Amino acid sequence: MLYDFLIFALIGGIGIAIVAGPLGAFVVWRRMSYFGDSLAHSALLGVAIGIFLEVNLNIAIIVCCLLLAVILVAMQKQKFIATDTLLGIMAHSSLSLGLVTISFVEDARVDLMAFLFGDLLSILPEDLWWIGIGGLLILVLLYSYWPQLIAMTINEELAAIEGVAVAKVKLLLMLMIALVIAVAMKIIGVLLITSLLIIPAASARPLSNSPERMAVLAAVIGCAAVVMGLLASFQFDTPAGPSVVVAAMVIFLAIYVRPIKAQS
Amino acid sequence: MNQDIVKLENVNVVFGDRQVVQNVSFNLHTDCITTLIGPNGAGKTTLVKTVLGLVKPTSGSVWRKDNLAIGYVPQKLQIDSTFPLTVKRFLQISRKITSSQIQDAVVSVKVAHLLNSSIHGLSGGEMQRVLIARALLLNPQLLVLDEPVQGVDINGQIELYQLISDIRKVRKCSVLMISHDLHLVMSATDHVICMNHHICCSGHPEKITSDPSYIDLFGSASAKTMAMYAHHHNHNHDLHGDVLQSSDQSHAHTGECNH
Repeated sequence: MLYDFLIFALIGGIGIAIVAGPLGAFVVWRRMSYFGDSLAHSALLGVAIGIFLEVNLNIAIIVCCLLLAVILVAMQKQKFIATDTLLGIMAHSSLSLGLVTISFVEDARVDLMAFLFGDLLSILPEDLWWIGIGGLLILVLLYSYWPQLIAMTINEELAAIEGVAVAKVKLLLMLMIALVIAVAMKIIGVLLITSLLIIPAASARPLSNSPERMAVLAAVIGCAAVVMGLLASFQFDTPAGPSVVVAAMVIFLAIYVRPIKAQS
Repeated sequence: MNQDIVKLENVNVVFGDRQVVQNVSFNLHTDCITTLIGPNGAGKTTLVKTVLGLVKPTSGSVWRKDNLAIGYVPQKLQIDSTFPLTVKRFLQISRKITSSQIQDAVVSVKVAHLLNSSIHGLSGGEMQRVLIARALLLNPQLLVLDEPVQGVDINGQIELYQLISDIRKVRKCSVLMISHDLHLVMSATDHVICMNHHICCSGHPEKITSDPSYIDLFGSASAKTMAMYAHHHNHNHDLHGDVLQSSDQSHAHTGECNH
């Protein structure tokens, strides 16, 4: 079929938006957007390493993101620099390291723009399997650890007394975010993944009175943004990632302008 | 017969180069209210967190009864306003808790009317009650409260103290409470511990119900719920909290609960 790639991108994009919604809510609640950004930047290092060592790119990206998430958690324990400084160092170091490594690979023609901003045409059926398996794993983990995740977000000390293994659940959350970033990278691109996490969740906030509602609404808004953005990208031949983000931004503005009007 | 539920032995807590808790030993018993008092920065909250297991002692030992259910009411709970949360959802700690359990908990602390309100708009006193309700949902054998009446007016304080002693009577749980006031404690208190890094003195509060000048000042309702604690220090502190005169220091804890 002529438009196979569009169908693949839509299925993949919707799959990502469904898990990015609830995870994005945690990113908003726990003020982790810079953490998401740093991990996304490090995904490019994963691409570079994957090309360099000639291993499967999806595996290289996932391993690289998970590894950096673990390193970040470990390094947060030191007390010399604040977490945002640490994240800034890691984000740009890993991005630069990735770009430098890719420049060493002469024979492989690497489309950098596709990795930085996402590419519709790059989605293959194989990628859909990665998104499907990764997404399903995250949904199962989210469901089984939901009460602990919520308790930890409300207050870590209360959660600890109520028997939540806070350090473990925190690490799990970071690994889930790393995983969604790794599988979403091909469609949205390194530089824009965080927006797919935070814009739908932020849009859902004024419409929500419970964490569950906010998580589900964020997923729904994310799906709408993906569909609108990818169709527009196909129609007007605009880059995929930015088109999705623009669609998300339009939804965000539409929701936030309304309560401001109601107030005045 | 009262049994021990928590035993602290020679507990020291050091943060960096500051010794926050110094050689503290005491026991908590079943069906007993213990009030911890002391100046700001005396290490009260740190000591309570050691009892809760949130802070590991640098040296010394903390023993808790096996499977001791603890309910904790923190001094302040700041919930990010980006987090949409109603009182009801806040009390839904796990999937196992039923609506009727939540209903019972809010009725017992008299905040049933707030069940569907957002947690972000509650007043200080209302938030304290909601926090107590959450602690009660765990069916605690030990209820730990960190300055429960801080920022609450005098009538609100009396009501909260009344509530805490009612809860203790009904549930037969032990209470460990930090009080910000050095001389007035809840009258139901069995045992007062005064600390400034180390334990300065401990004992029973005196009933003040009968003192007419107090009743004139605060009213009879207050006299029923408050009690005076007379310190009996054998040493003094300078501004830094260091012991000035250290002759004949006995940190031995003498008070026992008798009902």
